[in-house]
Amino acid sequence: MSVLVVVECDKGEVKKSSLEVASYGAQVAQALGTTATAIAVGEASEASLASLGEQGISKVLYDNEARLKEFVNGAYTKLIAAAAEQEQAQVIVLANSNIGTSVGSRLAVRLQASLATNVVELPRVEGGNFIVKRGAYSGKAFSDVVLLNDRKIIAVKKNSIEALHNAGQTAQVQSFSAQLADTDFADAPKQVIMQEQTGGVPLPEADKVVSGGRGMKGPENWHLIEDLAKALGAATACSKPVSDVDWRPHHEHVGQTGITVSPNLYIACGISGAIQHLAGVNSSKVIVVINKDPEAPFFKAADYGIVGDVFDVLPKLTQAVKELG
Amino acid sequence: MKFLVCISNVPDTTTKITFTPDNKELNKAGVQFVINPWDEYALTRAIELKEQLGGSVTVLNVGEADTEPNIRKALAIGADDAIRVNAKPTDAFFVAQQIAAVAKDGGYDVILMGKESIDYNGFQVHGMVGELLGIPTVAPAMKLDMSGNTATLEREIEGGKEIVEVQTPFVVSCQEPMCEPRIPNMRGIMTARTKPLKVVEATGQGAATQVTEYALPPKKQGVKLIDAENAGDLIRLLRNEAKVI
Ligand SMILES: Cc1cc2nc3c(=O)[nH]c(=O)nc-3n(C[C@H](O)[C@H](O)[C@H](O)COP(=O)(O)OP(=O)(O)OC[C@H]3O[C@@H](n4cnc5c(N)ncnc54)[C@H](O)[C@@H]3O)c2cc1C
Ligand SMILES: Cc1cc2nc3c(=O)[nH]c(=O)nc-3n(C[C@H](O)[C@H](O)[C@H](O)COP(=O)(O)OP(=O)(O)OC[C@H]3O[C@@H](n4cnc5c(N)ncnc54)[C@H](O)[C@@H]3O)c2cc1C
Repeated sequence: MSVLVVVECDKGEVKKSSLEVASYGAQVAQALGTTATAIAVGEASEASLASLGEQGISKVLYDNEARLKEFVNGAYTKLIAAAAEQEQAQVIVLANSNIGTSVGSRLAVRLQASLATNVVELPRVEGGNFIVKRGAYSGKAFSDVVLLNDRKIIAVKKNSIEALHNAGQTAQVQSFSAQLADTDFADAPKQVIMQEQTGGVPLPEADKVVSGGRGMKGPENWHLIEDLAKALGAATACSKPVSDVDWRPHHEHVGQTGITVSPNLYIACGISGAIQHLAGVNSSKVIVVINKDPEAPFFKAADYGIVGDVFDVLPKLTQAVKELG
Repeated sequence: MKFLVCISNVPDTTTKITFTPDNKELNKAGVQFVINPWDEYALTRAIELKEQLGGSVTVLNVGEADTEPNIRKALAIGADDAIRVNAKPTDAFFVAQQIAAVAKDGGYDVILMGKESIDYNGFQVHGMVGELLGIPTVAPAMKLDMSGNTATLEREIEGGKEIVEVQTPFVVSCQEPMCEPRIPNMRGIMTARTKPLKVVEATGQGAATQVTEYALPPKKQGVKLIDAENAGDLIRLLRNEAKVI
């Protein structure tokens, strides 16, 4: 019996969300009295995989096949299933990302496992039941879910678990192969197009987000959002109407029908705080609202607020960040 | 081309979520149920592709009789017929088994779903159905075009997208900006009443998970307001008090 964690890598580095996944898996392994092994997917470097020891991982499996550098659902599923069999994994932990949940849902059927996505806490065992807490109703609630089958798969929501950093620990990296056939690559991408990120931070991975709404008046004013984001090292986001009218690309739209984010800091500029918008951001640790209307509903969900004009306030904030260094 | 569109019945996005006193179920009082917003993209895109390529669009829901108004709404938007698997949708695996059984039985070429349900946020039924049928699932897709039996899709990944090509049959989970979801018109509403809605019984195994309790997020302490004149103070508070920058 062991715990298997699925680690996503990009450009040689382990993604931040996967450091959290590894730490989650290591803690589950410890509670079960076993060890945590990782299977890495994507473009990884040996050094970054070895450093997963800092997150409590003892061994990392990696298949260096070129076609696995990009996400292929069929091949990733087979690879991870083979690793789970080899390691006799009872619990598999992965990121609640498009990759993690796409693979996790296939694995659940293949391995007859119970799957919980969007998980926000370490599991607990109560009266023989293995229980996880997960987000439901698009950020409006949580639910406790019992995973009934012997095997369990857990997809961990980003930024809900603190990554461990045991300096100096290294994991042993082993090459691993799952005898993949061409048919496993049926959904291999013909082309991969990455977006340009403001401030270099992809929104789903960001731990700080500066977001603009209709109160920004038009795309020509977005430099105010971008300047603050750059100064903070934050990603940029927007409300739905802003992406609907193409002021900003659709992948920046957060909310119940967009992406759900859970950064440490979410700064909302000229956004009213409609219930569908709040659903996508209310698990952020600290929410700052800048709005000229003191009655804007967003203030009720905020930790800090400024009642004022974004065109006046934003440059002051950017200036203050630069001064603080 | 035979399209199967799976729709889930969910609380309207404006719903203020509350639970029964034992926290075991959603408090449905005053809640309006709608077609899951993501599933509207699946439905409209299937209708557009049918108009282009010929064939039929069947809508499928796993649910009890109270979901029928939304099934009729899907028929009014332009689906040809509907199937309801008469069962309480106890979890994603249970639902996936029902969808897979209907899909197999009907020999559908393209099985369309939404990206995720906005109530349980599973993001998993599509993957499970693909696995149960042994066919590819592309999730979540922002674009779906078809030429003969080949589909070209844009699959969103964190920070970008992949262009993927698959052959029928396959499963796709849809999200914006795939199409502009249609709303029913008068003629659609009239014809929907007479379109076939078949009710079938559930098959397969039971659920793999069970919800024991719901909870609402903790309430915020209340907002600390900073004077717009001294906006820079906010940055110092974020550094020294909240410790997030
Ligand atoms: C089915 C459905 C799903 C939806 N899903 C989402 C979703 O996922 N995400 C989402 O965001 N929305 C969603 N919406 C839309 C949502 O209901 C709101 O319409 C939307 O969030 C409002 O966007 P906004 O706050 O940018 O604009 P508005 O509501 O127009 O608010 C603009 C705000 O800016 C303020 N303002 C104006 N000028 C200034 C200034 N100079 N300085 C400071 N403040 C200023 C105003 O006081 C106001 O509060 C959905 C709606 C539906 C029906
Ligand atoms: C009364 C009641 C009790 C429930 N109790 C539980 C419970 O105890 N545990 C639990 O996990 N879930 C429970 N559910 C949730 C229900 O089973 C969900 O429909 C199911 O879990 C799938 O949701 P998901 O979020 O996983 O789907 P996702 O994977 O997020 O959905 C993806 C897509 O699958 C399709 N789809 C989803 N559900 C259906 C459906 N019912 N019919 C047709 N297509 C569908 C839609 O196209 C949807 O966009 C309950 C639901 C009801 C109504």
